[in-house]
Amino acid sequence: MTLLGYFSLWLALVVGLWGAITGFVGGAQGRADLQQSARHATFALFGALLIAVISLEVAIFRHDFSVQYVASRTSRNLPTFYLWSALYSGQEGSLLFWAAVLSLFAALTQLLTGGRYRVYLPYVAAVTSLVASFFVSVMLFAANPFKRLAFTPMDGQGMNPQLQNPGMVFHPPMLYLGYISITIPFAFAIAALLTKKLDTEWMVAVRKWTIVSWLFLSIGLLIGMWWAYVELGWGGYWAWDPVENAALLPWLVMTAYLHSVMIQEKRGMLKKWNLALILGAWVLSIFGTFLTRSGVIASVHSFTESPVGYYFLFFLVAATAATAVLYVTRLPLLQAEATLESMVSREASFLFNNLLLIGLAFSVLWGTLFPIISEAVVGVKITYGPPTFNFVNIPLGLTLLLMTGIGPLIAWRRASTANLRRQFAVPVTVGVFALLILLVGGMRDGWALGAFSLGAFVVGTVVQEFARGARARNRQYGEALPLAVLQLLSRNRRRYGGYIVHIGIVLLFVGFAGMAFKTETEATLRPGESAELRARDGHMYTFTHLGISQYNALNRQVTAALLDVRRDGKEIGRLRTEKRQHVDALGNRTFEPSTEVGIMSGLRVDLYVVLAGLVNGTEQAVFRFTINPLVWWVWFGGFVLVIGGLIVLWPGGAPVALKGSRASHVQAGYAVKLEAER
Amino acid sequence: MTHGVSRRDFFMLAIGAAGAVLQDTTSVGRVYDPDRAGRAQAPVTAADNDKNVQALEKRLRCSCGCGLDIYTCRTTDFTCTYSPALHQQVLRMLGDGKTEQEVIDAFVAQYGQVVLMSPPRRGFNLLGYFVPGVVLVIAALGLVWMLRRWTRESPAAAPTMPAAPPPPDASPAELERLRDELDRLPG
Ligand code: HEM
Repeated sequence: MTLLGYFSLWLALVVGLWGAITGFVGGAQGRADLQQSARHATFALFGALLIAVISLEVAIFRHDFSVQYVASRTSRNLPTFYLWSALYSGQEGSLLFWAAVLSLFAALTQLLTGGRYRVYLPYVAAVTSLVASFFVSVMLFAANPFKRLAFTPMDGQGMNPQLQNPGMVFHPPMLYLGYISITIPFAFAIAALLTKKLDTEWMVAVRKWTIVSWLFLSIGLLIGMWWAYVELGWGGYWAWDPVENAALLPWLVMTAYLHSVMIQEKRGMLKKWNLALILGAWVLSIFGTFLTRSGVIASVHSFTESPVGYYFLFFLVAATAATAVLYVTRLPLLQAEATLESMVSREASFLFNNLLLIGLAFSVLWGTLFPIISEAVVGVKITYGPPTFNFVNIPLGLTLLLMTGIGPLIAWRRASTANLRRQFAVPVTVGVFALLILLVGGMRDGWALGAFSLGAFVVGTVVQEFARGARARNRQYGEALPLAVLQLLSRNRRRYGGYIVHIGIVLLFVGFAGMAFKTETEATLRPGESAELRARDGHMYTFTHLGISQYNALNRQVTAALLDVRRDGKEIGRLRTEKRQHVDALGNRTFEPSTEVGIMSGLRVDLYVVLAGLVNGTEQAVFRFTINPLVWWVWFGGFVLVIGGLIVLWPGGAPVALKGSRASHVQAGYAVKLEAER
Repeated sequence: MTHGVSRRDFFMLAIGAAGAVLQDTTSVGRVYDPDRAGRAQAPVTAADNDKNVQALEKRLRCSCGCGLDIYTCRTTDFTCTYSPALHQQVLRMLGDGKTEQEVIDAFVAQYGQVVLMSPPRRGFNLLGYFVPGVVLVIAALGLVWMLRRWTRESPAAAPTMPAAPPPPDASPAELERLRDELDRLPG
């Protein structure tokens, strides 16, 4: 099977390069036969990579430890669930997974793109094939997943215990799906640059793809945070680790793009900028891959050092240079079709939205690279830790939150003073009111106050938008208000779906702000003894150690501590935290014991308990107790964000209007409205 | 941080710690297989839980390569051998009567600036702290300037409205209806 996989990789390389050549040449010379061949190459590429993936999975499931990848990532007693995820739990396998998913997306693009966007397809096929070929060549020359060992071990080394968590089964593929799918809009952008068909049409062709990849990135980031929270045991979900930052960068850029593209659709402006954002998001996704796979920045999740880094560096530089040259040569073709009319307009607010999002991306990038910069420039090694990231980025984040409220309140083209007053009165009142209540309630943390009151302001704007829309429908069609809200959502999915995403962002910020009120303590308890910890909202939590039990599970020996939990003296449940000593099929210990956190999650606080260890091998145990306020809202906010994203994405609803078609009616309509409000 | 742990406090803490270790643990049952529960832990002392000690350790980075601060590492990664040792070093220095700043300075002298979770706000490091903010402010000013130019150049700036302005006496209800109509237009 591994031989088959290895051959199919070679086949994939040949087919990929063929697709790249025929796509570019066929597109440039307008030769239909070559174009057709490039299209077919994307299907063949997917076929070849699918065979490679199946070969590797078969090797994993058959426990073929003569394959190095299988021997170093899995073991006989690894639960089936994690045998699946072993495919992408290591360098080589994840490269294969990446290439295969890219080829799937590439083939789907060829199948699903119809009608007038077909002119772009040969170049799209060429770009996607080229990128996939790069990944395949890295595997063939530097990180072969099918590499064999000189001997066959009895059992594999097993999977890192921290990866044996449901979060790790879903987090990498989601994140990869996000990363990988950026290649499709990128390929369309390159195609548009090459064909010089740079009107807004190509953007419409890829809008769905950009939202799809934004959504996957969002889900990937959220699951990653969840995994870090439930598995790593330090009590937080975001450590500003380079790997996390690398995933956040394209997300920020994509978010900026989702907004600024609306200006292009409605007004035919910002063409250069939007194109640059798409190209930039893709370059950042490759940059992130380079960062995390080369080991340039030592980081908790970094894959080990290997020549793979050099390949990525080369690819990054070459692709960036080629893209930049192409972009610059086409700049004269990208002229705006309209001009801005007022500083106080939706257009202008989107520009500030973009400024903030890109500013944040720059800031995160700057912080990630600053240790390298410092070492290179002044020769001093420094740490740019979470406190520094927070110091620099919290103000930016809160400004972004503020803009999320302001932006949607400002009309297109030009907002009048009366219009502004009418739009802002209620939300601002809500925000100020929230601030006062919190101040009176005794909250003094500046950032948290900012997050909560700005959040209230944004919620106020969204509720106002929904209420106005629903009331208008109610008056006009006599629809009951709940029905009217649903109708609004389904009629104008983009706008109201977007607003729901904004609510998700607010909830996320509420959850983030909760971290300001974390409390923790360590305690040594014998069975029957208790530790007390007061949450910042005044409740007293009592944890009573009930005892230690030890037992064996499939691939591990467990030591579990059970605790009884009371709030203000009333029993609210039990918590269990474990030490897990993983073993191989022969009962030999594999990794150092890992810790399983015990979490009791609630709307107000999460109780988070970690078993540090036992004293002298007795049931007397050392625990760390942490009270994490509002963490639940992070997950809930993420859920809302994803739902909003799905609403935006759902097919149907109003079709996208292009500048020059019916969009001008919209503008005329807004002008009517504004004039009327004077 | 307002005050450090005084020498006297520290003496008391040390006595407490010694007491805890010496305490009779035989009244607690031994578990079946202590080895599988990871490294044995010493009972938590008051110094371990001291808010000032914790705050101090949160400013210092563990040298095991985990990227965490000493406090977080020693209370999270129980396989790390560095963070407990660094923790003891911190306690020892405090016990010797060093102030918090002196402890920090000693760590920097021993391990270099990299030991600080946030680099000191001076010299080259200022770039690390303030470049993003400054760039953003400059970019914002640039954007405002550009917007001004655009809006002034804009031929539409003077006569914003389409040729035939509508009757300006629309009622609020009519405006709502208009909004809704507009909502239902594509785009
Ligand atoms: C991290 C922050 C943000 C996220 C994740 C986010 C996400 C989104 C998404 C996914 C949409 C739907 C896009 C579409 O339909 O194609 C949307 C719509 C929208 N966003 Fe944001 N946004 C954020 C911040 C902002 C900010 C700062 C502004 C301020 C200008 C803003 C203004 C808008 C507006 C006005 C719409 C609706 C446009 C319409 O009428 O259709 N957003 N947002």
